[in-house]
Amino acid sequence: MSDNQLPQGDPKGQDSGVHAAQSGPTGAPTPMADRPDTASTDDQSSAHQVAEAAAQSSTEPKPVENAYDGADRETQPAPSHDAPQSFNVTVIVRRFDPEVDDEPRWVDYDVQMYPTERILDALHRIKWEQDPSLAFRRSCAHGICGSDAMRINGKNRLACKALVKDFDISKPIYVEAIKGLPLEKDLIVNMEPFFDSFREIQPFLQASGKPEKERHQTIAQRERFDDTTKCILCAACTTSCPVFWTDGQYFGPAAIVNAHRFIFDSRDEASQVRLDILNDKEGVWRCRTTFNCTDACPRGIQVTKAIAEVKQALISGVKL
Amino acid sequence: MAETSSVTDGIHYHQHDVLIIGGGGAGMRAAIEAAPKASTAVITKLYPTRSHTGAAQGGMAAALANVEEDSNEWHTYDTVKGGDYLTDQDSAEILTREAIDAVYDLENMGLPFNRTPDGKIDQRRFGGHTRDHGKAPVRRACYAADRTGHMILQTLYQNCVKHGVEFFNEFYALDLVMTETPLGKRVAGVVAYELATGEIHVFQGKAVIFATGGFGKIYKTTSNAHTLTGDGVGIIWRKGLPLEDMEFYQFHPTGLAGLGILLTEGARGEGAILRNASGERFMERYAPTIKDLAPRDIVARSMVQEVLDGRGAGPNKDYVYLDCTHLGAEVLETKLPDITEFARTYLGVDPVVERVPVYPTAHYAMGGIPTNNDAEVLSDNETVIPGLYAAGECACVSVHGANRLGTNSLLDINVFGKRAGNNAVEYARTADFVDLPTDAADGVVKMLAQMREGTGTESVAEIRKALQETMDRNAQVFRTEETLQTALADIAKLRSRYPNVRIHDRGRRFNTDLLEAVELGFLLDLAEVVVVSAINRKESRGAHMRDDYPTRDDVNYMQHTMAYRTAAETGASQGIRLDWKPVRVTHYQPTERKY
Repeated sequence: MSDNQLPQGDPKGQDSGVHAAQSGPTGAPTPMADRPDTASTDDQSSAHQVAEAAAQSSTEPKPVENAYDGADRETQPAPSHDAPQSFNVTVIVRRFDPEVDDEPRWVDYDVQMYPTERILDALHRIKWEQDPSLAFRRSCAHGICGSDAMRINGKNRLACKALVKDFDISKPIYVEAIKGLPLEKDLIVNMEPFFDSFREIQPFLQASGKPEKERHQTIAQRERFDDTTKCILCAACTTSCPVFWTDGQYFGPAAIVNAHRFIFDSRDEASQVRLDILNDKEGVWRCRTTFNCTDACPRGIQVTKAIAEVKQALISGVKL
Repeated sequence: MAETSSVTDGIHYHQHDVLIIGGGGAGMRAAIEAAPKASTAVITKLYPTRSHTGAAQGGMAAALANVEEDSNEWHTYDTVKGGDYLTDQDSAEILTREAIDAVYDLENMGLPFNRTPDGKIDQRRFGGHTRDHGKAPVRRACYAADRTGHMILQTLYQNCVKHGVEFFNEFYALDLVMTETPLGKRVAGVVAYELATGEIHVFQGKAVIFATGGFGKIYKTTSNAHTLTGDGVGIIWRKGLPLEDMEFYQFHPTGLAGLGILLTEGARGEGAILRNASGERFMERYAPTIKDLAPRDIVARSMVQEVLDGRGAGPNKDYVYLDCTHLGAEVLETKLPDITEFARTYLGVDPVVERVPVYPTAHYAMGGIPTNNDAEVLSDNETVIPGLYAAGECACVSVHGANRLGTNSLLDINVFGKRAGNNAVEYARTADFVDLPTDAADGVVKMLAQMREGTGTESVAEIRKALQETMDRNAQVFRTEETLQTALADIAKLRSRYPNVRIHDRGRRFNTDLLEAVELGFLLDLAEVVVVSAINRKESRGAHMRDDYPTRDDVNYMQHTMAYRTAAETGASQGIRLDWKPVRVTHYQPTERKY
């Protein structure tokens, strides 16, 4: 639990005194300078190379580049009660209305924002004050329901967890739908292929017999799969994966994470069934350990590590 | 098993034995019972895993006695007392008795509870849950870190996948079809709007279960999801069926200040302390025995009182602190990791070393669709509507009375969700389908067309914002005749503007502009019922605190409010008729409520 890989960076940073303008995506994927869709892909790819190099070591690397690093969040004044300064942000959204548009188009919006607000607030402000036709999914608005995964400045984030002050607001913020799933409208994609992969790995406990009370499990056994129980099925990982982009048949990180959750659950008896499923040509071997998924996960799950553990279980044939 | 579908005149028709509206905890728990035994469809506005059950954090109460002595009778007592004696005591007995199997069911389904050193389900303390009738806090809440709701939602969805439950995802139920038969009014089906296509679907069903959750979005500062707009409760209301105890709305003490995002009571269960600006542990004054673990209504009131008395913290003295700093990083990281991260992410405050600014946040509706203990919906104080069920937050059994105890709602959805599922299947076994009227979808089609094609000028967002602001200001933790009348007048004005809303998105696919406009209609309806019910209850009980009537009045008000929509609409107001329903008392006579 000590290795905090949450995207906002190290929460224990002290007194760096750096504020929004300095914590922007310096040296990070700042894609889409001229807004073509492909630019972002290139940027992701360069990030992969860095991550791949880092992946040579046996431990999980910290993302080398952090497009959106809030390491200094610690020193920000608490809540909105300190009468914070508002500022103007340009948000550029990739819009697509299938009933009207042949192709997606980028649309600029100027939005008045406060530092503690999130990209979701910006989208709401656009929808509620400027253009109510903007379509996106959201529900809980604090990173638990997994509705609002989207691509923000070229990186997959939950809009409700991406704080405006962690971006370089002197530049526009680009928001588009997650990639690799069929685009339905604006920021909404068809989630069915994603859930199909999830359902295929038999994501439910399979255990014989009906105990009178609870099945017992030691604290250590429970801890073994704790990380992968955090998944909220937001698809940020799967749709950040370059393998998934080029081969939609690939199960993708999220399905493997959920398989991991059961494979390493001491109560489960169907680990081998799931391992066999993931031994498929569209299974776990397609992972090229680019760590995009780990970097994208809003829950801080060590996705690439989980995938590696499933590979290891396939090789060794034993439950770790 | 019946299961068909067809398209006529552009409208889709489906037939299932059991229709479940809502894919959260209660709906999926019902589906797990119903789907293996009868053709079942879950019609849900959201993908099931998006439901707000997943935001519940702290735990699920059950007297397993895994870590210390406990009994479900103590749990019943706590639930009744916590509900300020408005809880129906026979219902609370069922809740606490069946709690134990409800937890084992979930564990057996795969839920990864935290464990004790000997491998059993671990339990923690929670507000209002006590040993031996109030003597001291007891460890009764079964939990999975501070994401118990997430684990319940995931586990239930996983088991729905296992059972092949049929989901209609992002289908927005908008009407319940009832048909007059020689035997009386019967459920015939449900009309839903498919968000992806804008098409209308009519589902014929023998039994219908409402599991649509709450309506926290009538308030501005709320822990509730944007999507919790009371659609199911609103549909029932518009059918002329009663709503019970709508004035009882729970404010969770520890919302992140200014944001309303929930920080679990489990934090206080693990030892966190509320402090005012001067650092005083003020709950010692309000609840000397169990202090910070008093029930939510009392803690929320105490916090607001501290702020009103000038002891609030921050530049505007408008919040208090949740102090977790003495718990240590280990406890926070292993038992409360999510709320630790919320505080870091959204307030930039690290609970390991800093006190977290908190203030009450609108959280849970104790009231809702009246049901009996079998989850059957009532059309008055006693009469059952055959084939119609409700469970979870949208329902009012009433197991929560005037104030729900923390961890009793995850319990409620499991116990009464299961009951609803089983009873719906039993009903569907012997009942026949009731004929759908040929114009079953007309009302919905007309309403949507009027809205989509209207030429009004009003903004949905502005009306909603005004509603939420007046509710926050005037119908929150403390209420008076004056504030409530102000809210009522504001709601009336907003209701008169509502028919004039402008929909900018004229398209059919994923028209979330239209969706929000429809949701606003339900919010306006329900807010008015909340306020009218609150005006009528001239006493203070549980979450309903009237400054002008500060004491509990058992002689006149130890009874449930029953609100009915009448045909007599006057101007912008709905016609609302209020009635009373007796509380069912078994063992516990009302006494003064002290902690």
